[in-house]
Amino acid sequence: MSVTTKPERASGQPDIAEALKQAVWAALAAIALSIPILLFRAGANINNMLVVTARPVLVAGLVAAIFVARFLIVIWQSGRTTRTKSAGFAISPQTAFRLKGLLVVLLIAYPFIMYGLTGPLGSLKWINNYGIQILIYVMLGWGLNIVVGLAGLLDLGYVAFYAVGAYSYALLSTKFGLSFWICLPLAGLLASLWGMILGFPVLRLRGDYLAIVTLAFGEIIRMILINWTAFSNGYAGISSIPHVSFFGLPFEDDDSHPTFASFFHLHYKPIQQTIFLYFLILGLSLLTYFVTMRIRRLPIGRAWEALREDEIACRSLGINTTITKLTAFSLGAMFAGFAGSFFAVRQGFVSPDSFTFIESATILAIVVLGGLGSQIGVAFAAALMIGGTEILRELGFLKYVFGPQFDPVQYRMLIFGAGMVVMMIFRPRGLVSTRTPSIFLNEARTISSANVKEGHG
Amino acid sequence: MSIEANAKPPLLEIKGVKTYYGNIIALKGVDLSVAEGEIVTLIGANGAGKSTLMMTIFGSPRAREGQILYDGRNISKLATHEIARLGIAQSPEGRRIFPRMSVYENLQMGASLNKFAHFTEDLERVYVLFPRLKDRATQRGGTLSGGEQQMLAIARAIMSRPRLLMLDEPSLGLAPLIALQIFDVIRDLNKREGLTVLLVEQNAFGALKLADRGYVMVNGLITMSGTGKELLARPEVQAAYLEGGH
Ligand SMILES: Nc1ncnc2c1ncn2[C@@H]1O[C@H](COP(=O)(O)OP(=O)(O)OP(=O)(O)O)[C@@H](O)[C@H]1O
Ligand SMILES: [Mg+2]
Repeated sequence: MSVTTKPERASGQPDIAEALKQAVWAALAAIALSIPILLFRAGANINNMLVVTARPVLVAGLVAAIFVARFLIVIWQSGRTTRTKSAGFAISPQTAFRLKGLLVVLLIAYPFIMYGLTGPLGSLKWINNYGIQILIYVMLGWGLNIVVGLAGLLDLGYVAFYAVGAYSYALLSTKFGLSFWICLPLAGLLASLWGMILGFPVLRLRGDYLAIVTLAFGEIIRMILINWTAFSNGYAGISSIPHVSFFGLPFEDDDSHPTFASFFHLHYKPIQQTIFLYFLILGLSLLTYFVTMRIRRLPIGRAWEALREDEIACRSLGINTTITKLTAFSLGAMFAGFAGSFFAVRQGFVSPDSFTFIESATILAIVVLGGLGSQIGVAFAAALMIGGTEILRELGFLKYVFGPQFDPVQYRMLIFGAGMVVMMIFRPRGLVSTRTPSIFLNEARTISSANVKEGHG
Repeated sequence: MSIEANAKPPLLEIKGVKTYYGNIIALKGVDLSVAEGEIVTLIGANGAGKSTLMMTIFGSPRAREGQILYDGRNISKLATHEIARLGIAQSPEGRRIFPRMSVYENLQMGASLNKFAHFTEDLERVYVLFPRLKDRATQRGGTLSGGEQQMLAIARAIMSRPRLLMLDEPSLGLAPLIALQIFDVIRDLNKREGLTVLLVEQNAFGALKLADRGYVMVNGLITMSGTGKELLARPEVQAAYLEGGH
């Protein structure tokens, strides 16, 4: 491989072009190696005849994995050299931007890659259990991150707003026949209203007391849903909630009226709806991300962070802490409301069972694990926790080791607990502990964690 | 009582202010005034109520009785953030900088009140006053040394271009030389920019030398007032607050 001499990059920043080049070379090498070794599988059939089966999917998957791995390693290594040069590991904003762009492209391509690799039936699991499920929690994590991570208000009842969103869609659609696209903003609005309703009484509370009251609030909402049967149908919940449509075109196998399949001249497959749901939650998550990032740079976003640090100092700098807290609560609640109505349209069924305290705890764990206030960290943490649970479901082989009664999913909380303890020892400030300054007036710079280690004060 | 302050109406005038913590009275009817362009210092023993007066001016805790007039307007019923928006800034007791934000961001928070109108200019100005802060612009506030944190608290307060700056024990915990530098900065701001300063100090000698006028507070009441020189000469002040008096 020819190595062109390049001028030394003074900044030592990760070089995307270089990483891509190296990744392509690695992938080519992988193809060259795997064609003779992996592509064909020689076996024998019942008649002891030699059968050669081609396995292009396996090779493609392997090559793709090597490509991505090589790319990330190069990026990571150039980051390492930066670390030795300057005080801290810092990715320049442009690189971060490009990495995020790449991530979004990968997320958009994800359902199609899975579809291509595992077919319409196999990909259902990958898109639904891993894709959609994780993205719901990414979105919830980002929403709660506004309240807990940015504004520093410990909220243990976040799931209440998720429930408000879910029941909003469930009730509005079944009772009044409103479509999802009308209910979605309404659900967000109602949830943010409830956010304010919670916000008012807890304005003067902080820390432990705030946590207790929000916990109670979450339980109150659930109790109302259980006991006010005339309104919410109690434990039985609300079923046959209308499914999502493609902006009015239903996902159905029915030729009598226009459907998604007939409109696009496709054969109906259930996976079409799943892929659409995937893009819906991806879109909602990205909305959450960009709105939060945008607001972080506005005075109100800075005020959230200042509020987390010192409320009295905030007030004496002219910040209206009442409004600051209420906006944090209501904005965080709004995103939970969106996620809730997505949950309802995806499941087609809601009941109080889906909105227990353990949900709030999981979302909070995602935020803490990700590093309070870090958006990317929260996304990784959600992938780890929710994806981890799904993986546990697949460890069926452990039954052979521990006996047929063994269900790895039941050990989920134990494993997460242990994981949390390990985290707190090795990365006490969360997976991603750098925080980007909220505004850039002259130049953008990342404050590396090396400079911001926990001190007193 | 105040001699020079009679010339023009005072910027800040406190009349008969009583403040309580629950049932305990902390300020028992305080009268005090600060004229525009003056440096006024408030000295007194620990627990006299100096910080309470500062915070009462800022509306938390509220004055239960009496009036706080700022620029002729009674501000004793306003919320803290509204008072700040009138052009009063403070470096409160215990500094209260934002520990997880960088020095630069702390300064930004100070400037957010006037919507960054003069941010770059004011940043240069505080960097000239406190070069130490410029070196440490990206360092997290909580990791600064005590003296640097004190500088940051003062710098953050002046980033909003206040008319009245209130400082609660700016020399607390500082090396004597640094404390002198801080006093120099205060004098400088006052002389060159006409900034009005209300200064609470334990370092009575330094504060009285710096101030145009001073007040002595004992147990929630003002017991003495006068020009800095006058108070320095008083035997009671010397006995109670100046080292040489013992
Ligand atoms: N939050 C509070 N609750 C109850 N009492 C308080 C509170 N804050 C202050 N006090 C009391 O009010 C009195 C005045 O306190 P303050 O802090 O104003 O004193 P100070 O003059 O600033 O003293 P120092 O020089 O030590 O800072 C003290 O007796 C103190 O115990
Ligand atoms: Mg005090």
